[in-house]
Amino acid sequence: MSLWVDKYRPRTLDDLHYHHDLTARLKSLAASGDFPHMLFYGPSGAGKKTRIACTLRQLFGPGVEKLRIDQRVFLTPSKRKLDLNVVQSNFHIEITPRLVLHSRTYLPRSSCIYTVNSEVGMYDRVVIQEILKEIAQTQQVDLNAKQRFKVVIINDADTLSRDAQAALRRTMEKYMNNMRIILCANSTSKLIAPIKSRCLLVRVAAPSSEEMHNALEYVAKREKFDLPPEASQQIVEDSNGNLRKAILVLEALKMQSPDLSGPLSIAKPDWETYCHKVADMIIQEQSPQRVMDVRAKLYELLSHCIPATVILKTVAERVVDKVDESIKADIMHWAAIYEVRMRQGNKKIFHLEAWVVKVMSLYKHSFYGIDLDDFEE
Amino acid sequence: MDKFFQPQAPRQSKAQKQAADSQLQPWVEKYRPKTIDDVTSQEHTVAVLQKSLLSTNLPHMLFYGPPGNGKTSTILALARQLFGPDNFRTRVLELNASDERGISIVREKIKDFARQTPRAQAVSSDGKTYPCPPYKIIILDEADSMTQDAQAALRRIMETYARITRFCLVCNYVTRIIEPLASRCSKFRFKPLDPGSTSSRLSHIATCEHVDASPDVISALINTSQGDLRRSITYLQSASRLSSSTVPPTPITARDIQEIAGVVPDVVINDFVATLGVEGTNDMDIDPSPGSGSKSNFDAIRKKVKEVVREGYSASQLLSQLHDLVILHPTITARQKARCALVFAEADKALCDGADEELWILEVALRIHKALS
Ligand SMILES: Nc1ncnc2c1ncn2[C@@H]1O[C@H](COP(=O)(O)OP(=O)(O)OP(=O)(O)O)[C@@H](O)[C@H]1O
Ligand SMILES: Nc1ncnc2c1ncn2[C@@H]1O[C@H](COP(=O)(O)OP(=O)(O)OP(=O)(O)O)[C@@H](O)[C@H]1O
Ligand SMILES: [Mg+2]
Ligand SMILES: [Mg+2]
Repeated sequence: MSLWVDKYRPRTLDDLHYHHDLTARLKSLAASGDFPHMLFYGPSGAGKKTRIACTLRQLFGPGVEKLRIDQRVFLTPSKRKLDLNVVQSNFHIEITPRLVLHSRTYLPRSSCIYTVNSEVGMYDRVVIQEILKEIAQTQQVDLNAKQRFKVVIINDADTLSRDAQAALRRTMEKYMNNMRIILCANSTSKLIAPIKSRCLLVRVAAPSSEEMHNALEYVAKREKFDLPPEASQQIVEDSNGNLRKAILVLEALKMQSPDLSGPLSIAKPDWETYCHKVADMIIQEQSPQRVMDVRAKLYELLSHCIPATVILKTVAERVVDKVDESIKADIMHWAAIYEVRMRQGNKKIFHLEAWVVKVMSLYKHSFYGIDLDDFEE
Repeated sequence: MDKFFQPQAPRQSKAQKQAADSQLQPWVEKYRPKTIDDVTSQEHTVAVLQKSLLSTNLPHMLFYGPPGNGKTSTILALARQLFGPDNFRTRVLELNASDERGISIVREKIKDFARQTPRAQAVSSDGKTYPCPPYKIIILDEADSMTQDAQAALRRIMETYARITRFCLVCNYVTRIIEPLASRCSKFRFKPLDPGSTSSRLSHIATCEHVDASPDVISALINTSQGDLRRSITYLQSASRLSSSTVPPTPITARDIQEIAGVVPDVVINDFVATLGVEGTNDMDIDPSPGSGSKSNFDAIRKKVKEVVREGYSASQLLSQLHDLVILHPTITARQKARCALVFAEADKALCDGADEELWILEVALRIHKALS
């Protein structure tokens, strides 16, 4: 039995529940023979993947849904072997160059990359190169195919290394006759300009609250139960535009209390509760000993593969909810600064810890009413 | 289906079966310059290359400049004009970032390729004569993605085969090419396309494709693509597909172009800056902002930032529009503008380094707010 998010995932463009203008555009693109390379971007759970799948179906018909998964072996320049699963149909191939934590934990996907097989992460260029060449050099054999080209879908494209992105450039132009690329990403900032210049950019905004209500309604109707408006309201508020999260929560709640009445308690994932605990510790006491205690907790989170950026943001959000207006902006300022440093540096923990110390000091000073204007960098 | 009956653009040789596809081809490929004369806007480069075409004596070359302004097209066209369609394969080797370009592989490939001394065979199957000079051309496209080591090794290779090969390095960032290599080449800078050339090229394509592109639309294309012709052509083609698919077909509007280009709509921007305490100018009718004066500015700003992030706008696009609005604003003082400029610069750098977009949009918003209060 599949989860509701999969069971009620729209399969054709006509089934999509929202962003009808965008849907119409995709339809007209699929109908014209000159389908461009595309880049879908937008927040997590907004429905990018779903929309791409529907577009493919519009292009090729139901045949694209017949998927097979191949275990592929790639050879790195240093002659080591890489294993990677590749999903494909007769008309398209889908690659996710880096492994990503499963979304059941409600993490924003692109920020929770951890490379199980770090080799694949380092050599994503090899994978891209091989697959594209292979696709580009094979002609469409299926005579009934509606298009002469095959499509290569690259998920989490914003995590591609610069090398891998560079490898896409000329290939995208040269093999345009029998290949189109669809990139899927959370944001476009991490993609190099020459790639963006070769694609049609498609923004997929998160659904509005009303659109989310409708999508939840629809699931409830198909599952034949009544969704009380208050419950729907609470789920939508909690999920912050992430429809996947909303539907997962709905299913979980329905299991807990079948009639969905009364005040509902939406369980937070463990890591989130843990981050909140860290925030509370920072506010309760500011001392060298406390820094050490917090550090231990941060380590714990990191060792569970919770991405440092997510930890920092979650803790910071909680801290600013509990402190005086006068230091909120500063706390977020330092969060922004240390987040970048974390990316450039090697050891995430150093920067997380430095931020904690900074916040404690800000807090303590504001508590004793010291003016911090000359405290800035 | 009326496309079917339209006159077809004149075709340049090549295999017939590919020609059948030309109507389905993306316009960027269809209108890729066939000769160096078709290359717009790069007058200086074209003039120099014209001369070398006559004398058939080419130096090693380094083409550099931002994306989509004709670098790859120019070298391909030049090579085709030198050798003609028949000899192209045997005389021109194109290696780009998607090819394996480790030192040993480059050396092997080039050695193999350069081994047979080229013989001139001037008259081609299409009846034209080509200069067909006695050397081969090796194009290293996207050379800025080659490692320093590979570039260093290339120095020797260039010298070893100097008699029978000419190299053309193509890249976006000339600073990523090592100096000893760069100094062996004549450098050609490809400028971002100026509005005039972009406009005439786009109008030319629009006419050939029987698309109605008003001056408004053309200027929207120029503004959104910032000198990248490939991008503006892609936008134009997408817009024309959309407009022709509605019933009845509607003309393309400037707003369509902005939507395709991911421009944040004015209402969203104006609403955003109002929260930061930026006064509305005459053309922005916004209620007096709830931000200034009220108790929790921070929460109001954070809420607004989350709203914008949910819409999925690209942070760099948002920042560049905010920048323009603040810097051109009639009532913000110069000192305040200077403070804002600082944060825009920091944010730009941070985003290039892969920083979290939400944190930095918030940072920019808070700092603008602080600068103005
Ligand atoms: N237009 C839609 N109408 C109804 N339900 C939708 C729609 N789009 C998406 N969904 C639901 O939301 C879920 C999440 O969508 P999807 O996986 O496409 O998100 P995504 O944008 O790819 O997210 P991520 O960036 O996290 O990968 C789907 O499983 C589906 O159930
Ligand atoms: N100067 C120009 N004159 C005419 N057409 C151009 C010019 N520049 C770009 N184009 C159009 O844009 C397309 C892409 O150009 P080209 O491949 O030469 O760009 P590039 O400079 O090599 O870019 P990149 O740095 O991204 O590789 C061409 O197919 C052509 O349609
Ligand atoms: Mg997805
Ligand atoms: Mg190029």
